[in-house]
Amino acid sequence: MKDTFDENAGDKNAGRKAWMGLLAKAPEGRVATLLDAAMARPEFTWLRAPEIGSTMVRGRAGGTGAPFNIGEMTVTRCALTLPDGVVGHAYIQGRRKADAEAAALVDALMQGAAADIVRTTVLEPLEAEQTAAKTARAQKAAATKVEFFTMARGED
Amino acid sequence: MYVAVKGGERAIESAHAWLAEERRGDTDVAELNIPQIREQLKLAVDRVMAEGSLYDPDLAALAIKQSRGDLIEAIFLIRAYRTTLPRFGASDPVDTGAMACDRRISATFKDLPGGQVLGPTFDYTHRLLDFKLAADGEVPAAPTRESVPRDVPHVTEFLNQEGLIEEAPLDDTPPPDLTREPLEMPADRALRLQALTRADEGFTLGLAYSTQRGYARNHAFVGELRIGAVAVEMDIPELGFAIEIGEVTLTECETVNQFTGSKTEPPQFTRGYGLVFGQSERKAISMALVDRALRWEELGEDNVGAPAQDTEFVLYHADNIQATGFLEHIKLPHYVDFQSELELVRKLRREAGADQVQEAAE
Repeated sequence: MKDTFDENAGDKNAGRKAWMGLLAKAPEGRVATLLDAAMARPEFTWLRAPEIGSTMVRGRAGGTGAPFNIGEMTVTRCALTLPDGVVGHAYIQGRRKADAEAAALVDALMQGAAADIVRTTVLEPLEAEQTAAKTARAQKAAATKVEFFTMARGED
Repeated sequence: MYVAVKGGERAIESAHAWLAEERRGDTDVAELNIPQIREQLKLAVDRVMAEGSLYDPDLAALAIKQSRGDLIEAIFLIRAYRTTLPRFGASDPVDTGAMACDRRISATFKDLPGGQVLGPTFDYTHRLLDFKLAADGEVPAAPTRESVPRDVPHVTEFLNQEGLIEEAPLDDTPPPDLTREPLEMPADRALRLQALTRADEGFTLGLAYSTQRGYARNHAFVGELRIGAVAVEMDIPELGFAIEIGEVTLTECETVNQFTGSKTEPPQFTRGYGLVFGQSERKAISMALVDRALRWEELGEDNVGAPAQDTEFVLYHADNIQATGFLEHIKLPHYVDFQSELELVRKLRREAGADQVQEAAE
């Protein structure tokens, strides 16, 4: 298997899992922009042309108990093959066929010789942007954290 | 007898054309676009996603624009669209313990680990109209503070450690799905929670309020309320492992309810649960109160005959699309039905001799 670009030894799919998750949550058009800036797109054939569908999102009663259905979310998926036979898959949030194509290309390229360049030009910037967005939100939340103080305490 | 109902086409076409024009309103006023609705009417978008039962902010914004802000009409549009989508599968249950919380408060523990995080809330505002918003939308940047990323434990875990609260043991029974099979009684808790999370907010709020006013009172405290983003993971058969396919914002409410014990359960705190798409805390708290009221049977409580305890009543009337569909259909042509009623009333009056009475009066 070529899909083992993980730095984490434990799970052989950890690397691919991480980049596919990153691609799934990328803002509209972002993966295509980064990919096209880095290289000319390779030729490919569709195994499954981009298709819009849904996933039923589940939660657990009480947060930890039996699962139940919350509602669906929109998902776009596709699969393609590069000339060397490597298969790239994409499952991304929303109704975004062009983004699914770019994500599947990145997934395929990450399994071949172009992995290093794709990692530094697409995945790493994407990850940095997502981390920055997450951190900015967390910092605003932190500013609304209540600092209780007690006027007089009946104990030492 | 069937009465010809042709002849409405031209009137209907004109009505639709006028509707489109009215939807647009005064063309001297700038037209709303989808990103504006998505970003600036976010809580309306969240409600349409929750009750439309489909998480897609752009689609919900489009539905709000198309429905002229009639949120139930928007929810109807989303429900209709939803049925056209092929289902790729179901996610693994989301881990709300790993939520990136925008807001997280507890009404039961002041000093909970992770702290009380207020988030972007209307609470503590004075509910006075802000006329500055009528002028321009410039706002100063929100303050920030250093934050250390970490999982935020659920408050109920602290009570669990003392054994004072009922557990929600891990269980992987695949849940029933009311979008696939019609709702039938008896409904287990998983089915009830699915029906409640997409139930009409007003109906759920009214029922929850009725429990607070004494119709099956269950002494609820908001043990915890949290709003934030969670990752959605799904097993991908062609890969042979699960990946994150996206992220959704959820509101989760856990109530801690006083419980003095019953024939089957020891005195302890019991729990109600609410989990809703988007930032919808009124709905999440309402859902938790109604969930708890509906659990009377499994907890061995008495049925006091309150509406919020009646699963069939609650679940069959909570869906605003079903309700509005049936309610609004009575305005559509019922000429033949009514004709037969008219005949019947005339016949009954003849039989009762009402005609003669009327003649005598004249």
